[in-house]
Amino acid sequence: MNRPTLVLLAALLVAIPLSLVAGRASIFALDDARALLIGLELRLPRALLAVSVGAGLGAAGAAMQGYLRNPLADPGLFGIAPGAALGAVLSFSFGYAASGWLLPIFALAGAGGAMALLALMAGRGGGIALFTLAGLMIASLAGALTSLVISLAPNPWALSEIVTWLMGALTDRSWADVALAAPLALAGIAVLARAAPALDALTLGEDAARSMGVDMDSLLALLVIGVGLTIGSGVAVAGIIGFVGLMVPHMVRPFTDRRPSSLIVPSALGGGLLVLVADGVLRMLPLVSELRLGIALSLIGAPFFLWLLLRYRRSGALGLT
Amino acid sequence: MLVARKLTLDERLRGVDTQVRSGQVTAICGPNGAGKSTLIRLFAGVLSPSYGEVLLDGERTADIHPRLRARALGYLPQEPQIAWDLSVRNLVSLGRLAHGDTHAEPVEAALEAMDLHDFAQRPVSTLSGGERARALLARVLAGEPRFILADEPFASLDLGYQSALARHLRAQASEHGRGVVVVVHDLSLAHNLADRVILLNGGALHAEGAPADALSPGNLRDVFGIEARWLGDPGAQVLAVRK
Repeated sequence: MNRPTLVLLAALLVAIPLSLVAGRASIFALDDARALLIGLELRLPRALLAVSVGAGLGAAGAAMQGYLRNPLADPGLFGIAPGAALGAVLSFSFGYAASGWLLPIFALAGAGGAMALLALMAGRGGGIALFTLAGLMIASLAGALTSLVISLAPNPWALSEIVTWLMGALTDRSWADVALAAPLALAGIAVLARAAPALDALTLGEDAARSMGVDMDSLLALLVIGVGLTIGSGVAVAGIIGFVGLMVPHMVRPFTDRRPSSLIVPSALGGGLLVLVADGVLRMLPLVSELRLGIALSLIGAPFFLWLLLRYRRSGALGLT
Repeated sequence: MLVARKLTLDERLRGVDTQVRSGQVTAICGPNGAGKSTLIRLFAGVLSPSYGEVLLDGERTADIHPRLRARALGYLPQEPQIAWDLSVRNLVSLGRLAHGDTHAEPVEAALEAMDLHDFAQRPVSTLSGGERARALLARVLAGEPRFILADEPFASLDLGYQSALARHLRAQASEHGRGVVVVVHDLSLAHNLADRVILLNGGALHAEGAPADALSPGNLRDVFGIEARWLGDPGAQVLAVRK
């Protein structure tokens, strides 16, 4: 276990109990029964869900950046989360969302499909510009199809349900959502961690990786499954939460030895921490209605992305000058 | 021994029969588009032939498990981009990947052999061209391969670094008994460095043998369309091209 892993794990273990007292209703002012109810039935599952969703996003971002050799890769920007959302929205419009397991299955398939499409479109020696453009195209295609499905929604209630869910939030989630998302996210992170040594080999490019005994097809399969599980499960319970997969690996990388394999677990922990803290802070903001988590993180993430672009442009890396 | 039998890949390489031996330096030469990189990448198992086969000690490399093949054949791609700013030691230890260990000893030995010990903790982005070339070769050496397959390792190096790298490669063949195969554009360098030369032209084998034979004035005329002859002493041959 490297040092960033330990530090982030410790921070997470402190942040989870703290998040139980974060909220507009102070649980100290309530009687024990209600405090217990709010703490155990509302805030604890919400905290664990935040960690699960964030961990999936962080790990998927780190793995995608390693696989695409592109520090700007992000599951949201590159169309993976929109692919999962398209799958989920399809299941809504078919009326499948009611039967617990179908929505996540559709979301997983959407995320995995988008990842496979991205790898196929840009996977053969494509440069960073090609990857980025392919990712953006997949994102906008999935977004357009999602809008199409929404516009064909059978009734206004379905419509409002879908739109609210798409904005990304962790409000009113229960233990059932945790039981659904957490095991899938954990399995996804385990699959991505398994791909880690091959991602290290890719540091020197696809030819070198092949010559080091990496089977590119099985690596792609691991990525599709791992990203599908982490992003699909996250989108299924919390909608689209963007930029976490971009920001977290960037913040963690300077504290590691910069090998993709050293980044996956710390990025998972860091992603969990970021979403947990962001959700806790949003809960306490004195606004009329709570700011949606997905919107808030995009408000932070988009300027971060621009700042990264400027930095890479100045340093001349990535050929962006 | 690494043997190519009727090795073919589309139009890029057509029915090449040749072989490279342990303890020797073999240079692959030829004009642009002759199939040099294709041949070395087929040897390394990075590409799969459309027809024919590569045999390692009589066994088809396509049938060897990729990790076992990777342990035997160390491939150095042409000027690879290093995607992440690893330390030199971490870059070199990538060479142990196919062995599935982070065995320190071969990594240290490779750093030592390439005079990189003082640089071990430095990020690769801070290295000069020559240091970078040595670090990349050290990565291959850390895997302790039986064959080193290097695609134009001299391409972007100045004369001093070229001769240093040539010495290192030479030592790998004569002192460690490894088979060294290099794609070389500079024919003088090929003549002085190699024990054997494989001369390709238009995807086919034109000549092979000792440098003086394979790179004879007649072959150079046929393949490169130049009138040239070799001057100088053995081991320090220079190609003089007539206008």
